[in-house]
Amino acid sequence: MSETQITTDQTQFVETKQDSNFKRLLRSFKKNKLALYSLYVIILLLLIVIFGPWITPYDPQEANYDSILEAPSWQHLAGTDEFGKDVLSRLIVGARLSLGVGVSAVLLGAVAGTILGLISGFFGKWVDRVIMRICDILFAFPDLVLAIAMVAILGPGMKNVIIAIAFFSTPSFARIVRGETLEIKERLFIEAERSIGAKKSRIILRHVFPQTISTIIVYITMNIGGAIISAASLSFLGLGASPSSPEWGAMLSASRDYIGHAFHLIFFPGLAVFITVLVLNLFGDGLRDVLDPKTRD
Amino acid sequence: MTGLLEVNNLKTAFISDDKTTQVVRGVSFAVNKGEIVGIVGESGCGKSVTSLSIMRLLKGTSGTIQDGEVRFHDQNLLDLSEQKMRKIRGNSMSMIFQDPMTSLNPVLKIGRQLMQGIMLHLKYPKEKARKYAVSMLESVGIPRAESIMNEYPHQLSGGMNQRVMIAMAMSCNPELLIADEPTTALDVTIQAQILELMKELREKQNTTILMITHDLGVVSEVCDRVIVMYAGRVVEEGKTAEVFENPKHPYTEGLIKSMPKIGQKQSRLYAIPGQVPDPANMPKGCKFAARCPHVMDICTEKEPDLIKDEEGRKHRCWLYQGEYEGGEKVDVKSSTGN
Amino acid sequence: MGRYIIKRIIGLIPLLLAVSFLIFIFIHLIPGDPARLMAGKDATNDEVEALRTYLGLDKPILEQYFIYMKELFQGDLGHSLRSNAPVTQLFGERFLPSLQLSILSIGWAMLIGILLGVISAVFRGRWPDYFGTITAISGISVPNFWLGLVMIQLFAVQFNIFPAGGIETWKGYVLPSFALGAGIMAMITRFTRSSLVQTLQEDFIRTARSRGLGERAIIFGHALKKSMITVLTIAGLQFGFLLGGSIVVETVFSFPGMGRLLIDSIQFRDYPVVQSLLLIFSLEFILVNLIVDILYGFFNPKIRYN
Ligand SMILES: Nc1ncnc2c1ncn2[C@@H]1O[C@H](COP(=O)(O)OP(=O)(O)OP(=O)(O)O)[C@@H](O)[C@H]1O
Ligand SMILES: [Mg+2]
Repeated sequence: MSETQITTDQTQFVETKQDSNFKRLLRSFKKNKLALYSLYVIILLLLIVIFGPWITPYDPQEANYDSILEAPSWQHLAGTDEFGKDVLSRLIVGARLSLGVGVSAVLLGAVAGTILGLISGFFGKWVDRVIMRICDILFAFPDLVLAIAMVAILGPGMKNVIIAIAFFSTPSFARIVRGETLEIKERLFIEAERSIGAKKSRIILRHVFPQTISTIIVYITMNIGGAIISAASLSFLGLGASPSSPEWGAMLSASRDYIGHAFHLIFFPGLAVFITVLVLNLFGDGLRDVLDPKTRD
Repeated sequence: MTGLLEVNNLKTAFISDDKTTQVVRGVSFAVNKGEIVGIVGESGCGKSVTSLSIMRLLKGTSGTIQDGEVRFHDQNLLDLSEQKMRKIRGNSMSMIFQDPMTSLNPVLKIGRQLMQGIMLHLKYPKEKARKYAVSMLESVGIPRAESIMNEYPHQLSGGMNQRVMIAMAMSCNPELLIADEPTTALDVTIQAQILELMKELREKQNTTILMITHDLGVVSEVCDRVIVMYAGRVVEEGKTAEVFENPKHPYTEGLIKSMPKIGQKQSRLYAIPGQVPDPANMPKGCKFAARCPHVMDICTEKEPDLIKDEEGRKHRCWLYQGEYEGGEKVDVKSSTGN
Repeated sequence: MGRYIIKRIIGLIPLLLAVSFLIFIFIHLIPGDPARLMAGKDATNDEVEALRTYLGLDKPILEQYFIYMKELFQGDLGHSLRSNAPVTQLFGERFLPSLQLSILSIGWAMLIGILLGVISAVFRGRWPDYFGTITAISGISVPNFWLGLVMIQLFAVQFNIFPAGGIETWKGYVLPSFALGAGIMAMITRFTRSSLVQTLQEDFIRTARSRGLGERAIIFGHALKKSMITVLTIAGLQFGFLLGGSIVVETVFSFPGMGRLLIDSIQFRDYPVVQSLLLIFSLEFILVNLIVDILYGFFNPKIRYN
């Protein structure tokens, strides 16, 4: 009886501590102006992702051979492409694809990596050794090379790009979560609880996992930008989205040949990737400073 | 005797995002030429910050000196430009720190670190500086000084590194040496050796030493005079022997009582009850009132002044304030020691 | 020192074997029949089977791996399915340009990155710091293929200062190395800054100040050396980024290097070339990490002597 009480006390302690910290975190986050503005841009991007198809000035699919390769103007803010399609409209509907690929790839990698990291760190011994050796092998490949190899096996396409990026993200998540888990395991109360005989899976889920969340969140935000660039790169190389798709990397790939004639076709999709990744990185930095101050500076 | 160093009403605070915490709260004392003066007090009472303020070494922290004077040779160091201050640091005034292992640069050879100051202040050319550095190492009792010049700090023991620190600090013949807990990080036997070395320095070169410590044992061993600090203020000051024999402030009394004595069993060590007040949240009256065995009503109302009695002792306690109604208040304006 | 290096290299053998095996499996997982591909569209089934036997593709996969490894040790990487040229010959033409490009990129990236990082750390919280930080975050966020294309538009199309592709003259290296190095430069800026800021908080910096040393002596004489050890390690880890980036940048600039060869070979399903390229890329990456590790030991007195 008394033992259970100890546990609940501890949980409560953790919760109240987090609650009182939350306002402080919010305050210190608000102070980081750059991160705050980035958050506004991210919200705007999310709105575009959600409402994209309904807010385009033109039908992004509609070819108009009377106005092909037009430079930006008041009618077409980002110009038109070789079929006379409105570039801005295509960028707006493409946001879904470009952001979606990056976010889902990182989330997938985070889930897989977290599970492996928790298992590796918590069980130790040979389980740990096997998982970490596999990670070592995967670390021996540069990220993009690994992704290219994966796509080569699986064939081009958005779904396979997601899998490929998730694949190279997994080992780094596994390593980070493993490190955290080891640290947490060292702390006394888990030892105490284990000696009481709580089930391992319960300890991992109730005590270890919650404490790794803030690190995982920080790491996710810091990785999404890179994943979006990787996805765009794969599409640009012709290994991702099909060239006719409004995915930003694919748009760039399709319009490479128009360099010198219709620069806006190259400029705007790349700018969209750049701004998206920039605000994500700025936001990730701010978040890291707040949630994980020990890694700051 | 003349005051070599005079600190008057020094106030230093740390400024964080939204609040200012004063941790040195109007400290005044004087150190005469050739003396060894100790500053004691519990951890966090502001000893290190006081000494860093004197050397103006708060750069890189959020600390700023808000008020007061640091007179060295009758010149207020707080008025000097950073450039002029640099000429004094390591030259006529130098410092050694608590942890010799982290206070030396781990990626530079000992010799190089030693020679930097020598070449800077004494303007010696490289070869001469090198020879001089070796002789400095020898003078602080380091064996195989020549080869140690080419070694890195982690290859030496803590005691050896502290000797290196002392050699560095002494290399330009400073008039004042500030030693911030020079022995705390060391083993007992090494501690004694280092203290012996410092006493020797005073004998041979008449170096004035400000010894900061929380160990009254160290004070009784080497100091002529002692200053007791509590919560960022001086609460008592006097000749070491007198203070030990007849402590005035209950805090000093508590500190002396909690000293381990030879032959006393460890388990019966006395500890002052309670905790040091949080510098961000200081009580109104005497800062020691909550822990004081002699606490009176007035103690929690108003803070006593630091006064100097006719014996030349200084203390900040309501127990004596009445007796010396006309006594000299030290806080307000400067005074020299004896 | 020498013994340490040898020990490290021997320690890498299992990793190298695992990596080569993984690549081998990768390639065999690729859908499509290499024998049919090689034989051509009009080949009969019998011809395809004959070719399969000739190529040894009908043997068990493990046996194929051993044969592959044996040939590898003899310096035989096989023949390209596309041009039938030996893979080693293809590499011979392309390795040097890629290497030069990498060295050039990392060179300027380190130079500017360290400089910007030091400036940011020294002027921490003031406008040079913001400038450095924004440059750094932009450099990390910019897709290098886009940067390459924008530079082509500007410097090749508009002003005609540098060529848009090809490496007939040294000018051909300028734009690609810039596009490739931007991200690394940005990361080195950040690492230098954060590492230097951290080092400047350390006790021994206070000691140096207490000796009367000026800021310049403190930063360049005391702090930077310690920081560089960290920066070097992290810069080495970014080498993977460089290898990945080179694939994209070489494609943008039609640069005759290994990266573009990889993309071309994947598109043509030229398996022997792809396989060897993957092996070379990971080998390069592993090697650079080893070199960085050794250099780290060399610069860090604590490791050097223990
Ligand atoms: N860099 C800093 N930033 C913020 N606060 C500081 C800093 N250095 C010291 N303080 C605060 O100033 C107060 C006095 O610290 P100081 O280091 O002077 O104590 P001390 O008497 O030397 O104690 P110790 O015996 O532990 O060395 C403490 O409350 C401490 O928290
Ligand atoms: Mg201290």
